[in-house]
Amino acid sequence: MDKLKLIIRREFFAKVKNKSFIVMTILSPLMVVGLFSLIIFLNEKNAEEIRTIAFVDESQKFSDAFDDSDAVKYIDLTSLGIDEARKKTKEFYYGLLLIPKSDSLNELSNGITFFSNDTPSLTVLSSIESKLEKKIRNLKIAELQIDVDKIKSIETKVTIAAENFSGEKSSKIGSLLRMAAGGGFGYLIFMFIIIYGTSVMRSVIEEKTSRIIEVIISSVKPFQLMMGKIIGNAMAGILQFIIWMVIGGILLFAITTYFGVGDVSSSSAQMAPEMVQQMQQSSNSDLQLVLQEIKNLPILTMFFSFIIYFLGGYLIYSSIYAAIGAAVDSETDTQQFMMPVLMPLVIAIYVGFSVIENPHGPIAVAFSLFPLTSPIVMLMRIPFGVPWWQLITSIILLIITFIGMVWFAAKIYRVGILMYGKKPSYKEIYKWLKY
Amino acid sequence: MNNVLTVENVCKNYGSFTALNNVSISVPKGSIFGLLGPNGAGKTSLIRIINQITLPDSGTVYLDGEILQPHHIQHIGYLPEERGLYKSMKVGEQALYLAQLKGMSKEEAKKRLKYWFEKFEITHWWDKKIQELSKGMAQKVQFIVTVMHSPKLLIFDEPFSGFDPINANLIKDEILNLRNEGASIIFSTHRMESVEEMCDYIALINKSNKILDGKLKDIKQQFKTNQFEVGLLSVNKVLLLNQINEKFTVENSQAISFNDDLRLLISLKNGETSKDLIEFLNNKAQITHFTEVIPSVNDIFLKSVASNS
Repeated sequence: MDKLKLIIRREFFAKVKNKSFIVMTILSPLMVVGLFSLIIFLNEKNAEEIRTIAFVDESQKFSDAFDDSDAVKYIDLTSLGIDEARKKTKEFYYGLLLIPKSDSLNELSNGITFFSNDTPSLTVLSSIESKLEKKIRNLKIAELQIDVDKIKSIETKVTIAAENFSGEKSSKIGSLLRMAAGGGFGYLIFMFIIIYGTSVMRSVIEEKTSRIIEVIISSVKPFQLMMGKIIGNAMAGILQFIIWMVIGGILLFAITTYFGVGDVSSSSAQMAPEMVQQMQQSSNSDLQLVLQEIKNLPILTMFFSFIIYFLGGYLIYSSIYAAIGAAVDSETDTQQFMMPVLMPLVIAIYVGFSVIENPHGPIAVAFSLFPLTSPIVMLMRIPFGVPWWQLITSIILLIITFIGMVWFAAKIYRVGILMYGKKPSYKEIYKWLKY
Repeated sequence: MNNVLTVENVCKNYGSFTALNNVSISVPKGSIFGLLGPNGAGKTSLIRIINQITLPDSGTVYLDGEILQPHHIQHIGYLPEERGLYKSMKVGEQALYLAQLKGMSKEEAKKRLKYWFEKFEITHWWDKKIQELSKGMAQKVQFIVTVMHSPKLLIFDEPFSGFDPINANLIKDEILNLRNEGASIIFSTHRMESVEEMCDYIALINKSNKILDGKLKDIKQQFKTNQFEVGLLSVNKVLLLNQINEKFTVENSQAISFNDDLRLLISLKNGETSKDLIEFLNNKAQITHFTEVIPSVNDIFLKSVASNS
């Protein structure tokens, strides 16, 4: 047991002291956060740009249809006439909306043109369209001599509250969150299995090529060495994961607060007080909804199953990786053995996409029980709620497979580490199992 | 108990291939035991069994009278033929790690390492990485790592490979020193002159079978063929040669000498002694050289392996 501890410590520090580990650990969250803040920054910049749209309303019907918003201002150039307005717009404004003279509202709906220097942005166009539609609608209502207020009073907005039979509420935002959380966790496990599995394999190959292996296994059992390596690397992985979470969390918090505060102060200055209040109310309720949904996620189950499935999946795959490392002499020889290992992982990710669509379908259930794919697929399902019997069956299968796989890998490892100079075939490896 | 290691009827098969067939050896305490054999004979398989890297299919190994057990690892030091160290680990850190794997405490390991590093005058290497050292330098570290826990039994597989003659000598002296301090040593090599120089006992393994073992001196006696190398001065070389040829079996010696006219290898028949030969020659010519031919380990090796196959 003491020796296992020594090996774990060495493997852990060999990994953690490695320059590339340090660089990756510190740089990755910085890069992710950097990218994130760049996107926010660009969005802000975009939002700050104020577009001025000129309009010439020959029909004289729409002068009050265009309310200025944060990003778009409207200016009435009807008095200048079309030609003058065009010239001016070309020079100073984003675009020119030309509403021709017409008495028929239906004719108007197809007769309006927007001129601009560049291709206009879709959002701008559709916002103008909706403004026009609204105005035309109101005009039509007036033509029919119906009281606009009455029409307004019959408009009803319906929100369906979805709830399952045990009383948990769900909503669209909730589904989105579940997809994100499930997909994120599944993908994270996929990445960690590959990164740290390969790292175990490299470390085995290094011991073979540097020829220290025989020195070591004259002091410890090959099984101890293999397990020490696997556990040491797992610990390095968990450390990296925690560091990422902490650094990423702090940076994200800092950045969102910075941008968040900046946003409110700049926009409230330009807005009427009641509008600010309204906006805050609406954004508050959105935020509350998201928070509520996050609370509704089975966080505890997710957390523990992440750990269980990460460890289970990692142990299964890294023991295969260790066996591959032991069987070959150099990393270039690993190709023929890597394919079958990567296959179930990649399939799991693909299945994961359909799982997110239909988390309780037969495919989802089957692949979340099959131990080579369950770490990824089950994690993607968990946020949507998984029956306990499935969770337990899948964990039991995972543990059985893990024990079997470690046993199997240890046999190959034991023989492989002492074989030099030739690239073994599958047949030969099968023979090793019987030594 | 006079043997530090006893191997009894050990068999080992890899699939259908037999690596060791009923091999028994005994290594007396305080001796240097040469384990010889052609490539692929089964030496490494035997050494791995002694080191508990692999288990025998049948047969028993005793260390100091006890059946070999995992805790015996700390009493054995093994320098494998395929050897190396972690390239990116520092010398001192690595030596400490390997010492602890052998069951030493950290403090004890530090003390022992200090002793050996000073002895080899390499204390300034402590914080260097192995990849910064030359091959010979790394081999020195490797040697220290093998012996630092003062094991009862040391196993050296080709210990001199990778050393220049000066360092090879240094290592040779250290091995002899360790023997004099009471350690027993199994020594596997293809360099027969070092076997000749250092070994007290040898065992010869060929094609998975032990074909010969015992005290080196006794084996040499056993392989003597009653042959003598003589140098003669004579007026009539042809006549003399004819006369000798009538009575004895003669070969020309390979040895070249400027002191004599004839250099011959003369084999005696059973019952004839060196005295008979000297008397015979003394009457016919002047003797300038007379030695009994003692077979070298190399000859014994070649002869045994040839007759075995």
